[in-house]
Amino acid sequence: MDNQSVLEKYEQLVGRDVIEQLRQLANPLKGLHVVHVNATRIGGGVAEILHKMVPFMEELGIHTKWEVIKGESVFYQCTKSFHNAIQGNRVNIPESYLKVYEDTNEKAAEVLEDVLHDADIVIIHDPQPAALIKHLQEHKGKWVWRCHIDASKPYRPVWRYLRNFVCRYDASIFSLAPFAQSLPHPVYLIAPSIDPLHEKNVELGADEIEGIYGRFGINPERPMILQVSRYDRFKDPLGVIEAYTLAKQFIPTLQLVLAGGGASDDPEGEIVLNEVRTAAKDDPDLKVLLLPADAHRTINALQRASDIVLQKSIKEGFGLTVTEAMWKMKPVIGGNTGGIRIQLVNHHTGFLVNTPEGAALRIRYLFKKPDLMEEMGTKSKEFVRENFLITRHLREYLTLIFALLHGKDERIELS
Amino acid sequence: MVRNESATGPFCIKDCALIAIATGERAQNLRELREHLRQIDPGSIYYHFWGGLLRPRFDDPEYHNDFAIWMAHSLHNESLAERLGVIDPVAFESIEDLRNELIETIDESLDETEFPQWTKRDDQFEFIRSQIIVFDTTISVNRPEGLLDIIKTISVGSIFYHFIDARHRNENSLDDFQNWLLGFGDNYALLCQKIKEKSSYFSPLRELKSDLAEVFAGHFRNGQERDG
Repeated sequence: MDNQSVLEKYEQLVGRDVIEQLRQLANPLKGLHVVHVNATRIGGGVAEILHKMVPFMEELGIHTKWEVIKGESVFYQCTKSFHNAIQGNRVNIPESYLKVYEDTNEKAAEVLEDVLHDADIVIIHDPQPAALIKHLQEHKGKWVWRCHIDASKPYRPVWRYLRNFVCRYDASIFSLAPFAQSLPHPVYLIAPSIDPLHEKNVELGADEIEGIYGRFGINPERPMILQVSRYDRFKDPLGVIEAYTLAKQFIPTLQLVLAGGGASDDPEGEIVLNEVRTAAKDDPDLKVLLLPADAHRTINALQRASDIVLQKSIKEGFGLTVTEAMWKMKPVIGGNTGGIRIQLVNHHTGFLVNTPEGAALRIRYLFKKPDLMEEMGTKSKEFVRENFLITRHLREYLTLIFALLHGKDERIELS
Repeated sequence: MVRNESATGPFCIKDCALIAIATGERAQNLRELREHLRQIDPGSIYYHFWGGLLRPRFDDPEYHNDFAIWMAHSLHNESLAERLGVIDPVAFESIEDLRNELIETIDESLDETEFPQWTKRDDQFEFIRSQIIVFDTTISVNRPEGLLDIIKTISVGSIFYHFIDARHRNENSLDDFQNWLLGFGDNYALLCQKIKEKSSYFSPLRELKSDLAEVFAGHFRNGQERDG
C-alpha cells in the first residue's frame, strides 16, 4: 500500500472511472504551473486539503507549489479579525493592524515574486495573503481568490477594505452560493470536501474503536449518540443536551458524548463549555470531552462507535463534520442551516431539524428502526463518495483552471 | 441500406465537467423569482434543470429541478412545487420555451395568491449558471458491439455529454448513441428504439449508465442485429 501512488490509493476508494476522468481532464494541463498560497502549513481545513491536493495535482502532471506567508503576531490578530468580520462580527480593526497586514503582504510579495510572477494559475486562500496581488500587478497568469469563509453577511467596513484587494483578482471561489458576495469578476462555487485517507476518516481496526469505550467510560452495550463540535453557541450544544434529555425519557439507556476541541482564541468558548458542564450536571451517561486539536483518530473512533451523529447547529458553514459522519455510514441528525441542508436529505441520508424537540423525535424514530439506520448509513457513504471527497474537489479545480484559461464561454470544447 | 461502419465514422467518447458560477441574482418570494426568470441568462435555466445531474446532489431527489425544490422546501408552496416539478425539459425545443412554461406556471399560481410568501434571507433562491468543459477521453469504437464493455467503464460525465447534453446539441434532438447507430442505416433500428425508451429526465446518471449498459448487453446477448 505504501508504494502506491496517491492516485492508486484513491482509485480503491472512488473507483477507476473517477480517477481516469481526472487523468483525462488534467492531460491538457500537463506542464502548467499552479501555486497555492495560504498562511499556515499545519492545522485548519485549508492546510489539510492542500496537503493532499498539491501531491494529487503533481501526480497528474501539473507543476504545483504551495507557498505560505508568515507574519508577526499582530498580523495574525489582524487576519483573525478579518475572519470574524467576514462571518458578520462587528470588529473594528485599528489602522496600525492594517498597516502590519499590508506590510507583511508586501514583504511576502518580494520573497515570492519569482514563483508568483511566472505561475500560470495562482490560488490565494482566504484573507491572509489576499493583498499580495497589490504588489504583483505585472503577473503573467490568472489569479483566483478562494474564500473558505461564509461571507453572506460580512461586517461591511471590513469587507469594503478587503474587497479593494479581491476586486483585482480574475475570479473568486466561494463554497456555496449563499456564502458569496457580489464581485466584478466570475464568482465560482466549489463545495469543500473531506479526505478519506486523513486520520480523521481512515478505516480503523476494531481494537482502536473499542478502545474508546474504556477510555471515556462509555458502555458499548447501550445506545450512544455523539456531537463533535467546538463549544460554540452556533453549534447549540445545550440544544443537543435538551434533545438527549427528551429522548432519554423513552430510551433510558441512551448515552450522549459531546466532543470538542479547546478554543484558545475564543474567550466565549470557555463560557459555553462551562454552561454545557453545568447542564450535564452529574449525569453519568453524558460525557463532555475536551480533546486536543490533533485528536483525529480519537474523533474518528468516537464517530465510528456511535449509533447516531448529531450536528444540531443553528448556524453553520458547510458542516464537514456531517460529511465525516456520513462517510462512516452513520445516520446524521443536523440543524436545518448552511451546508448541512445540501448533505442531509430527510429519510434518505439523515434528518434536518429545527428544534431540540425535532432532534429528540428523530433520535427516538431512528432507534426504533435499526434497518433504516443501516440503509441511511449505506446511502450516506455513497452520497459522500460521489460528491464530497477530495476527488470531486480536485475535478472542480481542474475545471476552473480550464475556465480561467479559455474565457467566459458557457461551453469550452477542448480539442 | 446495410453498412458495416457508421457514416459518421468511429464513436469517439467525450467527457464533460461542470463548474458552477453565482450570478448574484437572488429571489426571496414568488414575484421576485418570476421577475428574475424573465431576464436571467438562459444558461442559468439550463443549470437549474440539468446541472443537478453533474453537481453534488442526492441521486433520488423529491423534485428534479431547483425551482420545484425551492418552492417546496423554502416557500412551502407544495402545489406549485408539484406543478414545477412535473415540467420535463426534454419536451421543450428551446430554453426560451422552457422559460415561458416556467413563467406561465408561476403566473397561474400568482393569480391565485393574495399575498406571495417570503422566505428567510438565508433561504433565497440563488440563480446559478455554469461553464461546461468538454474533453476527449481518447477512447473510440468502430462497431456498436464495442460500446458493450466501454459503457460500463466511462464516467457519468460522458453519459451526460452523449445522452443528455446531446439532445440539445443535435439538430434532430437525438442522443449521440442513436445518431451514431443511424449512421449504419437500418441495421440498429431496434437498438435505437430501446435506447430511446431509456431517455428519461428523471433518472440519475448512474442509473442511466447502468440502464444503457443493460440495453447494449441484452441486445447483443440475444444476437439481435449483430451483423446487420
